[in-house]
Amino acid sequence: MAFDRSEVEKVAQLARLHISEAEADEVTSRITDILNLIDQMQAVDTENVEPLAHPLDMTQPMRADEVTEENRRDELQALAPQSENGLYLVPKVIE
Amino acid sequence: MIEKTAVELSQLLTSGACSSVELTREYLNRIKQLNDSLNSFITVCEETALLQAEAADERRVAGDTSPLLGIPIAHKDIFCSNGVTTSCGSRMLENFVAPYDSTVVANFNAAGAVMLGKTNMDEFAMGSSNETSYFGPVRNPWDTERVPGGSSGGSAAAVAADLCAIATGTDTGGSIRQPAAFCGVTGFKPSYGRVSRWGMIAFASSLDQAGPICKSAEDAALMMNVMAGHDPKDSTSANEPADDYTRELNQSLDGLKIGIPKQHFAEGLTEEVERGIRDALTEFEKLGATIKEIDLPNNHLSVSAYYVVAPAEASANLSRYDGVRYGYRCADPVDLEDMYKRTRSEGFGDEVKRRIMVGTYALSAGFYDAYYRKAQKIRRLIKNDFDNAFKEVDVVIGPTSPHTAFKLGSKSDPVAMYLEDIYTIAVNLAGLPGISVPAGMANGLPIGMHIVGDVFAESRVLNVAHQYQLQTDWHKQKPALEL
Repeated sequence: MAFDRSEVEKVAQLARLHISEAEADEVTSRITDILNLIDQMQAVDTENVEPLAHPLDMTQPMRADEVTEENRRDELQALAPQSENGLYLVPKVIE
Repeated sequence: MIEKTAVELSQLLTSGACSSVELTREYLNRIKQLNDSLNSFITVCEETALLQAEAADERRVAGDTSPLLGIPIAHKDIFCSNGVTTSCGSRMLENFVAPYDSTVVANFNAAGAVMLGKTNMDEFAMGSSNETSYFGPVRNPWDTERVPGGSSGGSAAAVAADLCAIATGTDTGGSIRQPAAFCGVTGFKPSYGRVSRWGMIAFASSLDQAGPICKSAEDAALMMNVMAGHDPKDSTSANEPADDYTRELNQSLDGLKIGIPKQHFAEGLTEEVERGIRDALTEFEKLGATIKEIDLPNNHLSVSAYYVVAPAEASANLSRYDGVRYGYRCADPVDLEDMYKRTRSEGFGDEVKRRIMVGTYALSAGFYDAYYRKAQKIRRLIKNDFDNAFKEVDVVIGPTSPHTAFKLGSKSDPVAMYLEDIYTIAVNLAGLPGISVPAGMANGLPIGMHIVGDVFAESRVLNVAHQYQLQTDWHKQKPALEL
């Protein structure tokens, strides 16, 4: 699978990253090297192998649907770059 | 006094030969003398450490005999610690003051350990040399022109240079064991799920695991007694009772079956590291162990599979850094998209961005089966190899790293850096416990031996490491540091 500069732009957009013109060639070549390393696994036949999602094959436990967290909104919101009246502020989305 | 193990320090504290306040002052002085040159700590908590030490001394007077009471510890800056900056080695979290303690930090606080500060690390634990840290590289105490390994390089260097008695680390592909090997200390990654990940900043959630970095396997056992156990706040934490990890330390190794993977003694391994490990194996034979060559036929695929699974999970985990709720936000965003993109591009370093992009690509429409699902299938094959091995042997032993610590700046190619973890990564993919212990020196640099056990066989791994350390003094070697 060829990974070129147009792929870099597409992936950067999906990941919400900005890759400058100056960086694009280097980023493309580094990621191509990494994908070549990854592609070594394509040579192995895994037709009848069950994928391993959890190293110990455990499943997620269930718990009662009860509120266990205390309300710490003010403390947690104090960490935000910008907030007001209990709301997180971001640049205007709707005109 | 600062060179002693936690077990030895605990005896001094119990006998009244010194107080925790005195001990803590000694470490704080040592940090002042050496941190400028080693860059091991990102944050030093002088005031709160002394308060914690006073409280520990009071608890002792009141009859508390907890083994780690009053012992100074350093936490990797990936563990949230209430009221203290938790940067994860990133500009993104440079000013993030955690509003709560991670379970690991809370457990050590409850045990009476004294938090000296937070240690340097590769950014978001992505790296094998500590050079990706936003706060600059850590230097190896054995040779300050060399890397300490990574990503828990700050913790490993701090233990090696006696800037703390014990430290915590995290290991996703080798990030406790490889720096422990490079710095000549003991580093233990428990089974996946054995230690709670709650409040530990996520990198790759199906691989991340916290563990001790310290001066002996015996100290690692004491730390595991504090760290291990089920935590309802981490839904992947193992719901299995934790052992008393000190109980089996003194068990004899007579009859122990050791497997040595032929793939770990093949091309790429340097002669001096091989010599160190072979010498260690003869020590085990003297103790009555038998050695058998084993086959891990899919080991060569572990790095490939890992560089799908880990970046894929990282790309999802790191999507939370968007400049809205906490962390870095770019200046003067023109619109929402500009804010997301510039915040993330300015807040993350190159290696983190690379891994986010690789992971995003692997998970993008049309590629899931070829990458993530394929890697999960390889992961099964790798786990099967270990399952087969443990039908015949009790532990698997080999080198932790193919070579000793390398020079700062000598590995600029990411793929060359990824191959650093060639012997450790498979253990994370399979979820097994593994320890690195010092096993010889080559040209003035420590060699690390890797001991791997079956799942939840932490006590066995620690027992094997401890018995080796009773026969050898490699773990007591100290770097000559100029003050």
